[in-house]
Amino acid sequence: MTQGLEKETIYSSSFQEVLARTADEDARRLRAAAFKYFTENGFPTPRDEEWKYTNSAAISDFGFRISDFGAGDDGSEFLSGFDYRRNGFTALHLAFAGVRVVRIPKDTSLAEPLEFTFKADEDGAIFPHLIVVAERGSKATIVETYESAGTSFTNAGVQIFVEDDASLTHYRVQKESAESYHVGTTEVTLKRGSFYNATNINLGGKLARHDVHLKFTAEGGEAYVDGLYMLSGDQHSDTHSEIDHRVPNCTSHQNYKGVLNDRSRGVFNGKVFVRENAHGTDAQQSNKNLLLSNDARVDTKPQLEIFNDDVKCAHGATVGQLEDEELFYLLSRGLNGALARNLLTYGFAEEIVNKIEIESIKKELDEAVLNRLHTSLEA
Amino acid sequence: MLLEIKDLHAGIEGKEILKGLNLKVNKGEVHAIMGPNGSGKSTLSKVLAGHPSYEVISGEVVYEGKNLLELEPDERARDGVFLAFQYPVEVPGVSNSQFLRLAYNEKMKHLGEEELDPLEFNDYLKEKAKIVEMSPEFFKRSVNEGFSGGEKKRNEILQMAVLEPKLAILDETDSGLDIDALRIVAEGVNKLRSAENGIILVTHYQRLLNYIEPDYVHVLAGGKIVKEGGKELALELEEKGYDWVRAATK
Ligand SMILES: Nc1ncnc2c1ncn2[C@@H]1O[C@H](COP(=O)(O)OP(=O)(O)OP(=O)(O)O)[C@@H](O)[C@H]1O
Ligand SMILES: [Mg+2]
Repeated sequence: MTQGLEKETIYSSSFQEVLARTADEDARRLRAAAFKYFTENGFPTPRDEEWKYTNSAAISDFGFRISDFGAGDDGSEFLSGFDYRRNGFTALHLAFAGVRVVRIPKDTSLAEPLEFTFKADEDGAIFPHLIVVAERGSKATIVETYESAGTSFTNAGVQIFVEDDASLTHYRVQKESAESYHVGTTEVTLKRGSFYNATNINLGGKLARHDVHLKFTAEGGEAYVDGLYMLSGDQHSDTHSEIDHRVPNCTSHQNYKGVLNDRSRGVFNGKVFVRENAHGTDAQQSNKNLLLSNDARVDTKPQLEIFNDDVKCAHGATVGQLEDEELFYLLSRGLNGALARNLLTYGFAEEIVNKIEIESIKKELDEAVLNRLHTSLEA
Repeated sequence: MLLEIKDLHAGIEGKEILKGLNLKVNKGEVHAIMGPNGSGKSTLSKVLAGHPSYEVISGEVVYEGKNLLELEPDERARDGVFLAFQYPVEVPGVSNSQFLRLAYNEKMKHLGEEELDPLEFNDYLKEKAKIVEMSPEFFKRSVNEGFSGGEKKRNEILQMAVLEPKLAILDETDSGLDIDALRIVAEGVNKLRSAENGIILVTHYQRLLNYIEPDYVHVLAGGKIVKEGGKELALELEEKGYDWVRAATK
């Protein structure tokens, strides 16, 4: 596959700049290796099992202006652990990554959330890479927000390390324009007795893909990886998650919901691995989808791979429409059909939005959800 | 005349349940409908509220001079028809107060009256909740979600209090209520009873009718009203059972 030879040169000349800007020798070597991987493999195609439902050709066909890359913190000690070989996107990401390293100091509780907003301009491509280390016994909330103007390309990477007994709440809000391309990878490493609570909200993007890779590396970890994708028009959103129970006595919960209108398309692929020695694992996964139009479509595939008997695992996926009895109940109280449908849809999405404890973000998302439904609860 | 049902035949999934039902309700009247399980009481309630699964085969329903059967369920509601469900539906993720305010404002819009913003509505709701002694903690909770059976029934009457219907159909609102709740809810209904509205009370038990005295009692059996009388008919039924009515009408 010789996808976008021309684009390759665009990336190539920009890459020379990135290399020139990278002072650290290790970082330079890493970027070069990643870029080599990208030039050799290109972007993934639907023939790649992990990209079966998501065709990235549109991204490789578009001549983005590469902006805002390669600068920032060093972070090579962490970057070397980032698995850029997953696919062409992760490789290209690492080659251009603009790195930011944030540490939450040991035994510190942050009262205010740490907020990171990444914005891609019209025709621009950005490669933000955020590294968050929640040191032992710390407690914090981070908010990662993606915005864009018009047609743009965001290729993001996040590495999270929650150390022993630390607790991290993570909100990821992707509200780019409906014309943007967004690919993001989140890697999470959980240590002993740590707690990680993520809510991933996907509203924007013409084509959006988010991969979460979470691994428990010591006992007693607990993770929530929840999310909502709310799509309309011709939007396409693909979530791949991989939860790796490689040690005993850890708990993972996943609750993803999808609301799909018009001709939109959703993909959810959730893998849970319970390794041989991971006894006492508790892993729950649920993916519920609401189709609001006959032309909307979702492909959902929960996947449990269990190599241990002493575990508690449950998973389930549903694809459905609004409940007739619920609809009639609202109609019987005088709500018109459109409002009743929208209110039920809002209620469906609220289970995820309600998790958010920062009032300003919750309110904004409430409004975003209602906006999508062309409904106001204030009227 | 508030409501007139003439020779109504209706059913569900091709099965005829109501087989020539007649009923007249004037403003200011309370009508109790009693009858054995499966006789069609909830079917009648759902048909009046406009549930799309039920089909009207023949007959007429005139509400305030209009053909009720022509109206969509939400139009009926905005025009003052209210059904307290035998099995209230849970609506996850939508708070009771959001839901009630939307419903209230839809009705106000329809009447060309002023709508209430969340703060104003909250005050209004608090006043209404007193009628059924409902704690404001239920306002924030999702509609009926996780409510006990009795709490759901009480919530139905709260909705009735908020929407102030002209025709209220209460389908077994008493079932599931404990002794105190029954008294509270019944007293609530009495407060909502006025010369301007009519109430149809579907019930199995005389107990409720001790609190809410009906003007008329109808016995529905086999899809028809088979006996009618004053409030003393309910006492007689309680004593003699439905076989007595069935035997008498054969
Ligand atoms: N979807 C359906 N398909 C077939 N029959 C139905 C359906 N729904 C209801 N019925 C039948 O219609 C009849 C009338 O039911 P309805 O609920 O109106 O009775 P009811 O008088 O309210 O009884 P109860 O006192 O137990 O509440 C019953 O025999 C019931 O089984
Ligand atoms: Mg019934």
